[in-house]
Amino acid sequence: MAEAQLTLSNVDVNVAVGETSRALLQNINLTVAPGDFVTVLGANGAGKSTLFNAITGDKPVASGKITLAGEDITRARPEHRAKLIARVFQDPKMGTAPRMTVAENLLLASHRGQRLSLKSRGLKARQSEFLALTKQTTNGLDQALDKPTEALSGGQRQALSLLMATMQEPALLLLDEHTAALDPHTSAEIMALTDSIVRQEQLTCLMITHQLEEALKYGNRLVVLQAGELVADYSGAEKAALTRADLLQYFA
Amino acid sequence: MMGLGVSAIGQGLLYGLMGVGLFLTFRILDFPDMTVEGTFPLGAAVTVAAISNGITPLLATLLGMLAGMAAGAITGFLTTVGKVPVLLAGILVMTGAYSVNLRIMGRANLSLLNKPNLFAAKFLKSLPPYFDSVVVGLIVALVVVTLLILFLNTQLGQGFIAAGDNPTMARSLGIAPARQEVLGLIVGNGLVALSGSLIAQNNGYADVNMGIGVIVIALASIIIGEVLFGELTLSQRLVATVLGSILYRFVLLLVLRLGFSPNDLQLISAIVLAILIMIPAFEHRFKIRRVLKNGVKTNG
Repeated sequence: MAEAQLTLSNVDVNVAVGETSRALLQNINLTVAPGDFVTVLGANGAGKSTLFNAITGDKPVASGKITLAGEDITRARPEHRAKLIARVFQDPKMGTAPRMTVAENLLLASHRGQRLSLKSRGLKARQSEFLALTKQTTNGLDQALDKPTEALSGGQRQALSLLMATMQEPALLLLDEHTAALDPHTSAEIMALTDSIVRQEQLTCLMITHQLEEALKYGNRLVVLQAGELVADYSGAEKAALTRADLLQYFA
Repeated sequence: MMGLGVSAIGQGLLYGLMGVGLFLTFRILDFPDMTVEGTFPLGAAVTVAAISNGITPLLATLLGMLAGMAAGAITGFLTTVGKVPVLLAGILVMTGAYSVNLRIMGRANLSLLNKPNLFAAKFLKSLPPYFDSVVVGLIVALVVVTLLILFLNTQLGQGFIAAGDNPTMARSLGIAPARQEVLGLIVGNGLVALSGSLIAQNNGYADVNMGIGVIVIALASIIIGEVLFGELTLSQRLVATVLGSILYRFVLLLVLRLGFSPNDLQLISAIVLAILIMIPAFEHRFKIRRVLKNGVKTNG
């Protein structure tokens, strides 16, 4: 078997409630191979977002170990992990700088995790590259390169966030219900774009979703979280054979 | 009358540096930095005290600016490392700076009478009255605004803008917003102190109370620039802030012409700023802009 891209071993995450603490994640063990596209299902409060926050370092883990691309990142600062991890949030406003233009946002993302220098930003030299990149979105983002992102639609913003997250080929792509705030048509569009990028770049990806159809349709692996524990893990043919009814049992 | 106008332009340029300094924190990083009320007189006090002790005006001006940067660094430390809310951190440093300024000057008011200063150069003295402040103001504003525009268009400058625009996104790209915050506070307060230093040299004295209400002046410069020129790029807005500062001087001139006493200026400044800030809210309420825009849209 190939070297694992992401491993979580015995990961616990707790939150302080008054004098005591409550477990948000308990004994999570997960090994993700390079190029795996894993959908993550679970009811509200099951710990899906906490799982992501533990991986990005936004929530400290109480115990256990996390490795990514062969590096132990359990205690690394979030800014350090940014070099390896890209994330697209549910809220289209979260992933882009509103007063900066589309091209400026892309330029920033192209320096993900790098030390920013006092060199000129060199925006003009990359305009054609950004044009080609945004053309693949088919929602007019290529026409808006010089517009501030606050002028974009939610779908355009999410498409931009996705491009920004993937243009540097992150070691891990985290999609946190990134189509949930969009209308059904736009949501389908963004999902299709996501799937094509993830396959094309052979990215390792975890995607949280509440849409059972999405979870069934996309990815080669599906895991279910329940009350902070990993209760199911289907991959390959096993996942392909899953039905909606199989999944509904976890939400009973 | 002509002299008053020239004087207003000169003072506007010199105060404009303070507007530009506050712009970095207030508009780009998006928080109100009260430190400026302490760093403006700090720059003045350090410069005047240094000149009184025989240091050359140019070096004394630089020292004033450095002192302001140090004060900004303290505010930055308090808010990023000490987790003091930034508004309170600024107030703490501003309050502490008052005593520091008294210590530096040894008294509440220190005159530069018969001492050299940046405005006393031979070439400047040969100009008609008040043109010295215009020339110095123009040169310094030009240098400062040009450097800032260059900075904002570097990789680091873009990270600085992003950190203010969307800290969550900045962090996810590996940019630590706290570092940018400290950077903005240091550079911003350096400029504010430089402004204080130049104003003190131009006026011929430093006064421990000269910082009172300067944040209102700086905010007014920024907002007058915005109301007047509307949609601009970030770089253009720096220039608009300097122009706003000049215009604000003319507003004050007009107010004095109308017969108000200089003692009323603080109240009038506060009222002018309050009105300017409320304009967008009222516009929104009465939907002035929206009605206009929709009209254009349906016609187009």
